Amino acid sequence: MAEPLLSVRDLQVRFRSGGQSLRAVDGVSFDLMPGQTLGIVGESGCGKSVTSLSIMRLLPSPPAMIEGGQVLLQGRDLLKLSEAEMRKLRGGRMGMIFQEPMTSLNPVYTCGDQIIESLRIHSGLKGKDARDRAIELLTLVRLPSPEKRVDDYPHQLSGGQRQRVMIALALANDPAVLIADEPTTALDVTIQSQILDLMRDLQDRTGTAIMLITHDLGVVAETCQQVVVMYAGAVIEKGEVQQIFQDPQHPYTIGLMAAVPRMDTARGRLATIPGAVPPPWQAIPGCRFAGRCPLADDRCRKSPPPLRPITAGHEVACWKAPIEGARA
Amino acid sequence: MTELLRVQNLTKHFPVKRGLLRRQVGTVQAVTDVSFTLAPGETLAVVGESGCGKSTLGRAILRLHEPSSGEIRLDGEDVTALDTRDLREARKRMQIIFQDPYGSLNPRMTVRETLAEPLLLHGMATPANIRAKVDELITMCGLSAWHADRYPHEFSGGQRQRVGIARALATRPRLIVCDEPVSALDVSVQAQIVNLLQDLQRQLGLAYVFISHDLGVVRHIANRVAVMYLGRIVEQADTEELFLNPRHPYTRTLISSAPRPDPTVARHKLPVEGGTPSAMALPSGCAFHPRCPMAVDRCRAERPELRQLGGTLVACHRADEAVEGMDVAAAGKDSPALLRRLEILEQARTMQA
Repeated sequence: MAEPLLSVRDLQVRFRSGGQSLRAVDGVSFDLMPGQTLGIVGESGCGKSVTSLSIMRLLPSPPAMIEGGQVLLQGRDLLKLSEAEMRKLRGGRMGMIFQEPMTSLNPVYTCGDQIIESLRIHSGLKGKDARDRAIELLTLVRLPSPEKRVDDYPHQLSGGQRQRVMIALALANDPAVLIADEPTTALDVTIQSQILDLMRDLQDRTGTAIMLITHDLGVVAETCQQVVVMYAGAVIEKGEVQQIFQDPQHPYTIGLMAAVPRMDTARGRLATIPGAVPPPWQAIPGCRFAGRCPLADDRCRKSPPPLRPITAGHEVACWKAPIEGARA
Repeated sequence: MTELLRVQNLTKHFPVKRGLLRRQVGTVQAVTDVSFTLAPGETLAVVGESGCGKSTLGRAILRLHEPSSGEIRLDGEDVTALDTRDLREARKRMQIIFQDPYGSLNPRMTVRETLAEPLLLHGMATPANIRAKVDELITMCGLSAWHADRYPHEFSGGQRQRVGIARALATRPRLIVCDEPVSALDVSVQAQIVNLLQDLQRQLGLAYVFISHDLGVVRHIANRVAVMYLGRIVEQADTEELFLNPRHPYTRTLISSAPRPDPTVARHKLPVEGGTPSAMALPSGCAFHPRCPMAVDRCRAERPELRQLGGTLVACHRADEAVEGMDVAAAGKDSPALLRRLEILEQARTMQA
């Protein structure tokens, strides 16, 4: 089996706020393989964005503290690099796309200038070469009339077009890894579908591995080969996309899947997950889902279930799995 | 069929003014010539992408935007002709829920004060029984009575939407315009609010105009669906009919573009280029023709009127032509393992209770 391109090992992140220490990410581990798309799903506050920002070392510290773990990019631990070395990686070996491109593009520079700057810093391209490459990238992401658009400012573009520029920028220096944090959440469905197709095409062409952070199970089913499900700062289930959708094991994953109203099938009353996510300041001795799980017993409440394989490549953090025959 | 709401040729155009003299330089044709009816207890979903005019339509129905022309009849009464006082009276019967109810809740008032105001104002409660009335309202929306004495910022997104719903219900309306009420919520919370809206509809006989861009939610909650594109309804049909047999190329594009939470279905995607044009400079003929894979000369020259085709109203010259490979809404299925395990969880939950 191939070596993982990016490997996150037992990542621990806490936030300090007003004398309190809040758990944000608690022992997250996963591997991103070359050429693959890995989806990280979960609801707000589950730690999926903190995980991606920690990988890029983009969390402000304080208040954020990466307290443990490793982020290995082809064997090199990013958490041990200096800020200067990190800067070289960001926009170079690692690209990033955010939900709202307007906040990550600089409004006072043209789209072209921003791509050219990145090319100059990371690939040493200058002058006409850089500009030609910028236009080539804008063509690659199918921005209409790229030779004109290259001189446009971000506000002159539509939301979908801005996201294309953002992708061009992220791909400018042939990154090995692309981290996309809710890249299509702010877009209309027809535009979303164009952007997802584009990302897939580019991946086929460049072999870039993609880590996709999203709350949208539809987007995951359609674009990812591997899925990591997070809940309250931890990975509670992971596996191949077919395993997660066809054979969900964790009671939370099951609840989440059943709560989505589907366009392609009539459903009765939607299933719900009673209760709420435990607040991040609360210490949880056992399983973090126990308070909402109808199968939870004393063991669940007292000792945290480790991630364990249930079938080949499919892991779940639940004492009761498989829940057939389980008894509360 | 009895009729609660009749919207007839409703149009809302916004003038665009520029310069020192505020001269009108153009018009945003937000809503043009929209007609539909709604029965008591029924849900009509209005779907479309950003800028299609669905929110403007919702507000124009309540006259939060003054319509440019057209008629809105609530229980036979022409709402567009009412003066301010009668309009206030009519608004008791029609209410609105927003995507983020935060904007409609006063941050300095407790939820109890917010809910008591319309009850007292409209004479639906007296100072003597107001406490009990508010408690009743808030428990009906799935919150506890003690929640009423808290401030809006103390609530989570889902709870806040429950307060927004309670506020809308205070005057016992018969019609509620729901403007993207679950779009900002997490999936598990969204399911709770959708269920609540359905329960309240059954209990109180409410009619909903449900504005949404989420086709999954729409399929689940609506009896009928109207699809809007650039200010006009381009297709209207019963929900099942619309999803199983979409007639307008735009509807097909929408349905085939929405990602499905099922890795086993291979999706047949319809190619669509570009985005929605500006509502200030509408394309000639059919507004969808620049993006339509089926467009012919006639589509560029002549705007198609809505016409009846089976049970569907559709505005497309080529809607009755058979299209190959257009099985856009191939039926999906939940995995047997998911259903089996869900059942186990539900049973355990019932045993617990």
